[in-house]
Amino acid sequence: MKSWQQSWRQLFLFGLLALTLSGCGMKELSALQPQGPVAAMQFDLMKLSASIMIGVFIVVMLILTYVLIRYRKRPGQEGIPKQVEGSHTLEIIWTVIPFLLLIVMAVPTVTTGFTLGKEYNKDEALQVRVTAHQFWWEFEYPDLGVATAQDLVLPVNQKIQFTLTSADVMHAFWIPALGGKIDTNPGLDNKMWLQADRTGVFYGKCAELCGASHALMDFKVDVLEQDEFAAWAEKMKGVQSAEPAAPATANAVQGQQIFEKSCLGCHAVAGKGGKMGPNLTNFADRQRVAGIMPNDAEHLAKWLRDPQKEKPGNNMPNLNLSEDQINSLVEYMSTLKVQEIKR
Amino acid sequence: MSAHASHAPKRSGIADWLTTVDHKKIGILYLIAGGIFFLAGGLEALLIRLQLMYPELQVIGAKTFNELITMHGTTMIFLAAMPVIFALMNAIVPLQIGARDVAFPFVNALGFWLFFFGGVLINTSWFLGGAPDAGWTSYATLALNQYSGFGIDFYVLGLQIAGLGTLIGGINFLVTIINMRAPGMTFMRMPLFTWASFVTSGLILFAFPAITVGLVLLMFDRLFGAAFFNPDAGGNVVIWQHLFWIFGHPEVYILILPAFGIISEVVSTFSKKRLFGYSSMVFATALIGFLGFMVWAHHMFTTGMGPIANTLFGLATMLIAVPTGIKIFNWLLTMWGGQIRFPTANLFAVGFIPTFTIGGMTGVMLAVPPADYQYHDSYFVVAHFHYVIVGGLVFGLFAGLYYWWPKMFGKMLNETIGKWNFWTFFIGFHLTFFPQHFLGLMGMPRRVFTYLAGQGLELGNFISTIGVFGMTIGTILFLVNAYVAAKSSKRAPADPWDGRTLEWSIPSPPPEYNFAQTPLVRGLDALWVEKMAGNKGMTYAEPLGSIHMPNGSFLPFIMSLGLFIAGYGFMYHNYVVVGIGMVITFGCMLMRSLKDDPGYHIEPDEIDEKGVKA
Repeated sequence: MKSWQQSWRQLFLFGLLALTLSGCGMKELSALQPQGPVAAMQFDLMKLSASIMIGVFIVVMLILTYVLIRYRKRPGQEGIPKQVEGSHTLEIIWTVIPFLLLIVMAVPTVTTGFTLGKEYNKDEALQVRVTAHQFWWEFEYPDLGVATAQDLVLPVNQKIQFTLTSADVMHAFWIPALGGKIDTNPGLDNKMWLQADRTGVFYGKCAELCGASHALMDFKVDVLEQDEFAAWAEKMKGVQSAEPAAPATANAVQGQQIFEKSCLGCHAVAGKGGKMGPNLTNFADRQRVAGIMPNDAEHLAKWLRDPQKEKPGNNMPNLNLSEDQINSLVEYMSTLKVQEIKR
Repeated sequence: MSAHASHAPKRSGIADWLTTVDHKKIGILYLIAGGIFFLAGGLEALLIRLQLMYPELQVIGAKTFNELITMHGTTMIFLAAMPVIFALMNAIVPLQIGARDVAFPFVNALGFWLFFFGGVLINTSWFLGGAPDAGWTSYATLALNQYSGFGIDFYVLGLQIAGLGTLIGGINFLVTIINMRAPGMTFMRMPLFTWASFVTSGLILFAFPAITVGLVLLMFDRLFGAAFFNPDAGGNVVIWQHLFWIFGHPEVYILILPAFGIISEVVSTFSKKRLFGYSSMVFATALIGFLGFMVWAHHMFTTGMGPIANTLFGLATMLIAVPTGIKIFNWLLTMWGGQIRFPTANLFAVGFIPTFTIGGMTGVMLAVPPADYQYHDSYFVVAHFHYVIVGGLVFGLFAGLYYWWPKMFGKMLNETIGKWNFWTFFIGFHLTFFPQHFLGLMGMPRRVFTYLAGQGLELGNFISTIGVFGMTIGTILFLVNAYVAAKSSKRAPADPWDGRTLEWSIPSPPPEYNFAQTPLVRGLDALWVEKMAGNKGMTYAEPLGSIHMPNGSFLPFIMSLGLFIAGYGFMYHNYVVVGIGMVITFGCMLMRSLKDDPGYHIEPDEIDEKGVKA
């Protein structure tokens, strides 16, 4: 039985290795490095339940190891072992103790469950309406009169009350570092609150299979100081209640013309445009193109050349733009800034 | 002797396998068909893991990846795991209760062929415009016409046909176990595998109608323009989830209870001890089956049911840990004080215990709804259910196959290859799935065809893919082992493991009538009781007499073929084809109802010729 024990030791070492090498993931993305009270409460519950369960596992492994070593059949061993029917005492012990352990887990489960299930009104929390689309995220701040997409901008140390739905299939809204997820169901509204304890960028994901590019339905969360957030919202509101501004260079002006002809039907900029695709008012402030590629001229051009190649199955058609048109569009879109967000 | 004691025409070769109603042969058919689907599902898994080996790989496209995960899940659950369970139930349960066959041999064959044609229908989607791609859970809305391709129709129709087969198979085993037990085989003397099969069959009876309702609604939405799940037309997307999981959660126990049964038999035999706490094991099995119906919504904590529903379903789920714990400790105490041998069957059984315990532990963790908001639909869940279904069920099935192979085929599997099979599979399994717990917590959602570089997910995914090769080698070694055994000329003895239950009291493989004389059961572990009393074999409950046997029939095969044809008719909206298929199926039913088939008899002198005493 040496190989048996060896493999367990290897497994254990390997587990430790995997853990230490990768730490607990990136703090922008990992549920193991909570950055807000919701994620922290959830992490506490994970630690509690995991500790109890690891305790049980150790007991099982100790008994198993002992039994396998002590009671293996030895060469030449004869006779019949005692045929034991059972033991009421033992049966009661291993029924009652797990039951007690479950009660230890059940109490915080119930209290945390109801804490996380609370709904906050607009005096208590910033209201954000999330609408999921194949394969992008729409964020509206109904009380601020602001709409954006892909990069969710939030104030630090303030409760955020989300109301979530979907425009097409089911998706799930997940920012692991800030807290667990909730589904976005078409035709129904779901509620969830979160809060960030520090400023920075956090990664968000879609967690419900929603079609070909489910894996690429990432978004970012920009958490700003409260005054910065207020300034941003004010600026956004101003821009979005006016006509799109004219850019400075000739190339960009040409880009704007192409944009108005080919893009504005689906994408809004400032106070103008459709809602089929992401609102691009503050496109140049965003972290990523289409949620996945670095936001620079090269990648934006790549996206415009063939959106289906970068994100299969998304609803943006290939516009068959010439390289000149792409160049103008890229230059125009790089002017779509509202406020440089501090990273 | 009966008036219609004529022999049926003896068929041979393929015709024999297509017409057989013998539970032992149907068991082998289930094993072969389930095994082939298992290989297909395994190949799909291999491709999935290759695609995820490095970030942003382009081994397969996004759509193909979604087809692969959908077919991997659907195939493994419905077309591989369930049939292999049915293979063992068919091969062993009648033997364990001292019966000559199941209660309805004809229905038994029909169940197999329905499953088989349903499975083939789903898999033909690969060649007819693309496989289903909405996940094995096939959630509406994604599974509706507007959002997904033709492939879902194969899922909807194939699963209805295969599901019918499973349902009638389950009913058949309920009736068999209630009615066909040998004299003295009371409920509380039944071996644990038979008990598990009994409870599993009960779960099938109540769970499969729920998914059938869901599939019918989805079929109407997709094929006939209904709007049960379409919110634009007043439908509700959450209803599908409820219907699916009212089936889906009991399904988990449908899968795992037979594995519990197998482990109980194997651990007890190879410890040379009776099962510790037999009655509490029976009680725990039934309780798990019962609670299994009360907890379906724990798959839906993030659906938005609210904290009250979430909490209640969470607490109910935690309760299942208690009977499951009872089982684990009973197995440990069964080994305590025994003389434990470690042939491959017992290696898998012993390997099952820690592995399944880990799966159960993460299960309890998942039952905490607020924490589940983080786990849900992440790789943590992928790790959890593979620990339960592979580390639990598949380990159990391997244990069962190594244990009962001699009884099913009359040949022993090779122990050296078996040990290599175990260790490669066991280590490969843990390498594959252990890191996935952490991947999920580190922010990797499930069902993603790729992940971006620089998010800390590279190492875990790489290790996970390496592990798959271990499992692949293990599976290939099993095939090699089966081939070597088939080629070997050495016959397996009737009782190679010093067995305790009735199936070991008859030759390997058993004659078509199983028991020349129905045995008299005098206690739990019927054969062991006789061994301890110093008897050579069982005491009999009847004198040697003429044995009534059922005739084989082509009808189950043709009846299922009819539904298979009608399925294509529905998908392509060709109602002539639907008509042809339905005429075939109903025509066969009519023939079956009108034509009297009294079966035939085997006379005592023939029994002697066949050397029952071998």
